[in-house]
Amino acid sequence: MAQAQVPPDPPAAVGVTERRQPGLIPWTSRLKQLPWWALILLLLGLALINAIITIPNYTDAFRFIVPGLRITLLVSVGAFVVALVVGLIVGLGRVSANPILYNICTFYVEVVRGIPMIVIIIYVAYVLVPLFVRAANSTGGWILRTDWLFFLTRLGESMLTLESEDISMLARAIAGLAFGYGAYEAEVFRAGIQSIEKGQMEAARSLGMSYFQAMRYVILPQAVRVVLPPLGNDFIAMIKDSSLISVLAVRDLTQLGKLNRSRTFRTYETWNTVTYLYLSITILGSMAVKWLERRLGKRER
Amino acid sequence: MSDNIIQVRNACKSFKHVQALVDVTLDVRRGEVMFIFGPSGGGKSTLLRCINKLETLDHGDIVVDGILVSDPHADLDTLRAEVGMVFQLFNLFPHLTAIQNVTLAQEKVRRRSRDEAMETAHQLLRRVGLPEKADSYPDQLSGGQKQRVAIARALAMNPKIMLFDEPTSALDPEMIKEVLDVMLDLAQEGMTMVVVSHEMGFARAAADRMVLLEGGRVVEVGTPQDIFDSPREQRTRDFLRHVL
Repeated sequence: MAQAQVPPDPPAAVGVTERRQPGLIPWTSRLKQLPWWALILLLLGLALINAIITIPNYTDAFRFIVPGLRITLLVSVGAFVVALVVGLIVGLGRVSANPILYNICTFYVEVVRGIPMIVIIIYVAYVLVPLFVRAANSTGGWILRTDWLFFLTRLGESMLTLESEDISMLARAIAGLAFGYGAYEAEVFRAGIQSIEKGQMEAARSLGMSYFQAMRYVILPQAVRVVLPPLGNDFIAMIKDSSLISVLAVRDLTQLGKLNRSRTFRTYETWNTVTYLYLSITILGSMAVKWLERRLGKRER
Repeated sequence: MSDNIIQVRNACKSFKHVQALVDVTLDVRRGEVMFIFGPSGGGKSTLLRCINKLETLDHGDIVVDGILVSDPHADLDTLRAEVGMVFQLFNLFPHLTAIQNVTLAQEKVRRRSRDEAMETAHQLLRRVGLPEKADSYPDQLSGGQKQRVAIARALAMNPKIMLFDEPTSALDPEMIKEVLDVMLDLAQEGMTMVVVSHEMGFARAAADRMVLLEGGRVVEVGTPQDIFDSPREQRTRDFLRHVL
């Protein structure tokens, strides 16, 4: 919102009577202070709504594409929740004194952060998921061959007969995004935990708390306030990156846009509508994040 | 020698290029106030932090109330619950109120009920002279008040030993007394205390014995009378001349 801030006027020339007084800002400078970018955005939005209502080609494109909103939101929220869990666990591993945990978690973070998100999504969907299925098959076979695991027969059978096709592209899309974003959230959590003074852990341990009690009751509650803004930004980024799952032909906003274009050859209508829909959720999302931050900021001492 | 609640034997500890403790042997008797002083970097804080294993010794043994601290299988959480610690920078939990600071470990470590923990906490806050600050957050308290809450927090665990790591060094001069007064009370009640500090007045008033640590070595151990009036070592005389 850089436009909302007006640089201070140059010092008034000698003899000029017009002095800056609070409440007496000249109207030209008031105009400068208006958030024009938001007004223009609003007008464009209204124009597009108008087009969608009145122009048949736009109405058609909108009708076709808007169901993708549900998938886009479902994938973003689902993958983000999983990524948070992965990120918290890996982030804790990254600050752990245990060398095995530390190295496993660092390996994951460094590898994943070095790969483009779209490649991660493809890799998870077409490499890791089939590998997982194969591992499940052999584990299932082993369970069935082993006598004393008779109580797991049901599970063993379903694991043995699991096929890659049983795992939907939607599920793979969520897994892929979560796998990719988990590494970034892990770094957010790690930085948050490390931003808390060392003395806090020492004080907690000196009172007889275990490492995990200290984390749970002392470090993490403080770290959450630190990590909330970056997590909010990452959620918005996740909404945008969810468009990458269209490479798996999951029918999100982007995929439905592609389909609509090849169906109707109406390029402008299609991508104007897709852009409009993404912008409306990301702008609403970042407003929600700001509101949340302000609410938490108030409670902060 | 079961009367020695803390036994330090040939303790050695070095950080990268600094030898913080060199062959330190020292006993603290039950109910005694042991005052550790000396120039900065002399190993005072390191010794204190080794007693509840915030640092680990390179060589040597420390036995605290029958627990061999240097044993890797020692039950540290139990040990630490018996040993209260007060830090130079207070290290209060900033997201909790004063009373919550005092109740947290009681509930999570001592498994006391909320009511019991609250009662103990109120009692302790009264004892350190801060009953009206129960619901204040640490950043609403002065340095001296923070340190008194920190003492209450440590006492809430009913420790057998209290360690004080330069408890008044980060305080404005006018707040030092309120903290020292609380410590004096504690000493008079017979609490075993190990105090690292530069407050020689406190040593004179409350210490049973004093240790001068320099360069990680014990220079001299003695009663305040010995140390102040007839120190054996030239080094002790020099140091006292500088600080008194």
